[in-house]
Amino acid sequence: MKKQILQTLAGALAFLASGVALADELNMRVGVTDISRQVYDLHMTIFYICVAIGVVVFGVLFWSVFRHRKSLGAVPATFHESTKMELAWTIVPTLILIVMAVPATKVLVAMYDTGGEDMNIEVRGYQWKWQYKYLDEDYNNSFSFFSNLATPKAQIVNRSAKTENYLLEVDEHLRIPINRKVRFLVTSEDVIHAWWVPDFGIKRDAVPGMLNELWAIVETPGIYRGQCTELCGKDHGFMPIVVEAMPEAEFDAWYATKVSSEVVRQESMTKTFTHDELMVQGEGIYGTYCSSCHMANGEGVPPVFPAIAGSAVAMGPRDDHLSLVINGVSGSAMQAFGKQLDPVQLASVVHYQRHAFGNDAGDISQPQDVINLSNGQ
Amino acid sequence: MSEVIHADHHDDHAHGPAKGLLRWLYTTNHKDIGTLYLWFSFTMFLIGGVMALVIRTELFQPGLQFIEPEFFNQMTTNHGLIMVFGAIMPAFVGLANWLIPMQVGAPDMALPRMNNLSFWILPFAFSMMISTLFMEGGGPNFGWTFYAPLSTTYAPDSVTYFIFAVHLMGASSIMGSINIIATILNMRAPGMTLMKMPMFVWTWLITAYLLIAVMPVLAGAVTMMLFDIHFNTSFFNAAGGGDPVMFQHIFWFFGHPEVYIMILPAFGIVSHIIPTFARKQLFGYTSMVYAVASIAFLSFIVWAHHMFTVGMPLAGQLFFMYSTMLIAVPTGVKVFNWISTMWRGSMTFETPMLFAIAFVVLFTIGGLSGLMLAITPADYQYHDTYFVVAHFHYVLVPGALFSIIAAVYFWIPKWTGKMYDESLGKLHFWLSFIGVNVTFFPQHFSGLAGMPRRIPDYALQFADFNMISSIGAFIFGFSQVFFLYVLIKTIRSGAPAAGRSWEGAKGLEWTLPSPAPYHSFTYPPEVKNEEVHG
Ligand code: HEM
Ligand SMILES: [Cu+2]
Repeated sequence: MKKQILQTLAGALAFLASGVALADELNMRVGVTDISRQVYDLHMTIFYICVAIGVVVFGVLFWSVFRHRKSLGAVPATFHESTKMELAWTIVPTLILIVMAVPATKVLVAMYDTGGEDMNIEVRGYQWKWQYKYLDEDYNNSFSFFSNLATPKAQIVNRSAKTENYLLEVDEHLRIPINRKVRFLVTSEDVIHAWWVPDFGIKRDAVPGMLNELWAIVETPGIYRGQCTELCGKDHGFMPIVVEAMPEAEFDAWYATKVSSEVVRQESMTKTFTHDELMVQGEGIYGTYCSSCHMANGEGVPPVFPAIAGSAVAMGPRDDHLSLVINGVSGSAMQAFGKQLDPVQLASVVHYQRHAFGNDAGDISQPQDVINLSNGQ
Repeated sequence: MSEVIHADHHDDHAHGPAKGLLRWLYTTNHKDIGTLYLWFSFTMFLIGGVMALVIRTELFQPGLQFIEPEFFNQMTTNHGLIMVFGAIMPAFVGLANWLIPMQVGAPDMALPRMNNLSFWILPFAFSMMISTLFMEGGGPNFGWTFYAPLSTTYAPDSVTYFIFAVHLMGASSIMGSINIIATILNMRAPGMTLMKMPMFVWTWLITAYLLIAVMPVLAGAVTMMLFDIHFNTSFFNAAGGGDPVMFQHIFWFFGHPEVYIMILPAFGIVSHIIPTFARKQLFGYTSMVYAVASIAFLSFIVWAHHMFTVGMPLAGQLFFMYSTMLIAVPTGVKVFNWISTMWRGSMTFETPMLFAIAFVVLFTIGGLSGLMLAITPADYQYHDTYFVVAHFHYVLVPGALFSIIAAVYFWIPKWTGKMYDESLGKLHFWLSFIGVNVTFFPQHFSGLAGMPRRIPDYALQFADFNMISSIGAFIFGFSQVFFLYVLIKTIRSGAPAAGRSWEGAKGLEWTLPSPAPYHSFTYPPEVKNEEVHG
């Protein structure tokens, strides 16, 4: 009877253990880097050791519970110490710990093997989005973009059905090549965040004022998803991380176009644009960033979202208008766009607002004006 | 037993408690103050529990259903703070008040007036903290670990009240600890040598030293926060040359000993209950004492295992990994000793014993997941996921909390002179046991599968486990309301209890009649060997 119970118990534990090892949704992901596989193996090793300890310890405990009960007529023994036993269960666990510490140290040392990287990407946490910046010495410049949650609000508040990658999709993926050592330099603009891609086996806090190093050599192309893992305020649950690992050639092609458009963009900072050019660019930006609140026709939704058409700001001094867009209006839904848009974009969207919807400020905004304003001139 | 009753009769001035409600305000009696602490703790436990259920309700399904993310963060933060500082710690202090004088044969605590003050600070501290939830901008929303700069530059205005509340709680704990140390070191009955002290007294002695060592560190941390917020210092503000990571070092230098503050007295309780119901002396008393002392020492040198992902040099990571792993050794010694106490005993399974056995099993599960978390490279994957949530709930709920519940069932006949209803007690146990496992076991899986902690909404692959967890939480919540019913029923109409309420119970408290007289051991008792555990 007791034997059966014990056997069932051991069986159940073993079943649980193997179930855990097999099922994907129940266990740590094996991942797609050498490091992540090492971490997974380490995890399974310590897990099995813990299960074994559990089976032995709980086995003895339950044996005692079932056998040494008063209702079975058990008479209490009188022993209450044994130096031998006590030494044994101090030494044996210490040995088991050493067995665990050796592979753990190896993996940790491997993880700290930074240097020799093929490329560097700065990862910067913001409340509540990530910014990725490719640091490229060859071009003596770098380009960056923000990666925002792309799940529509309607899904979050249950007004439309949730799609497959609910809360794990962004407007622009971080792209990296496979088979190259990519170094991530993680930091933060405001509070502490943490950057985690489970499939790469790496996680690091993004701390303001500190630059943390991480690296990965991804072996399989694919899209890998993670989330911010350090409480960072209201929308901590809504700043996913999506990394797309691409075959090298594909990545290089993408990178080349990105860089050349970056060169063009950099050059355009010092350019002087005509009214028509600004209006065309501005209209596009207005459509992406402004029209969800201020409406495509510039009428807004007063009083929450003021109209642009006929607005005092759009008809008032140009620099006031520029600063408002750069710095936002605190305590309102109007964000500070200075961090998200570059001077060309800012100049054109402001110029557009001042000359669309029947507005006619009659002046012109150039990227240089934005730069001057931002530099406090 | 009879001698002691006689001794009490000699005391001509023996008087009962004062009449009226003011008794509770003015009392300096260790039993009254113990009772106050315990009811206060139970109240906080229910308030913190309601917050937990708000959290689990929101997490029942993916999507935002009931509350906004901002409020969700206030719930997780206040749940943690209230359970740690309002429920678990005061419950242990309450037990210390009730039991330590009786167990060492002292008439009362060494510093009775300070005892009164250290309790009465608490209701004010917690009223202040909870009131912030109703202030403009809301209450604390930065997690119970309140990492800067989220808790300074980016905190709601009410954070100043939070800081003041933490100062008050710290003052209360420090006074309580001084009192406990003074009582234990000075007021033991003749013949009660240190190595004859009951385990609960030993564990509390060491806990009290831990408290005195780390509560001032916490006070320092919140004071620096206060200065950063109001006086333009930059302790934790990177823009001003400060260091947000330093906050974490300071916090966890307090925080890791703090988690042992919440478990050492539990070790003591379990070391009383298991020998009683196994009808066998505690195995390895001496090594139990040394194990507690080594755990306490080690708890000061492992703090950065909470910060493996913060970015430390390799040598630092290795040091904290090894030291943390080392804690498993003395912890294991305790578990093995409890099991050896049960081995070849003559066991019965009254409610306190059921809770104590569940403690040993489930606490060990929490210890094993702790060991996994100690492995730095693996912790990179576990850190700040539900795996950690599962770990610390296993050590704190079926660990610390179960030990407190076990203690209440074990000593309530001594406190009230009434016996609880055994079948209701067992029902309470099984409901709690099922509830706690259904709630927290699945969280190991959602954590491994990658669910971060402290999020109000989650990706679809975590949905099943969260639903199970929420169901378990409601079972557990319900069973603690049922506990309240069992307690009230016992106090009102429990069967009369004998002085030695349990067949195998040893210790000076059991030589007193039940309920214990309002003033006990006004003359020091004789410490007889058969009442000594070690
Ligand atoms: C063998 C013993 C133990 C070991 C090796 C251990 C190890 C750890 C480690 C490494 C962490 C950090 C995990 C992370 O954040 O990534 C942790 C978290 C934690 N542990 Fe333990 N632990 C042990 C026992 C305990 C006990 C006895 C308690 C309390 C009674 C406890 C309470 C906690 C708490 C509250 C946290 C989480 C704090 C937070 O981040 O909110 N642990 N433990
Ligand atoms: Cu710790």
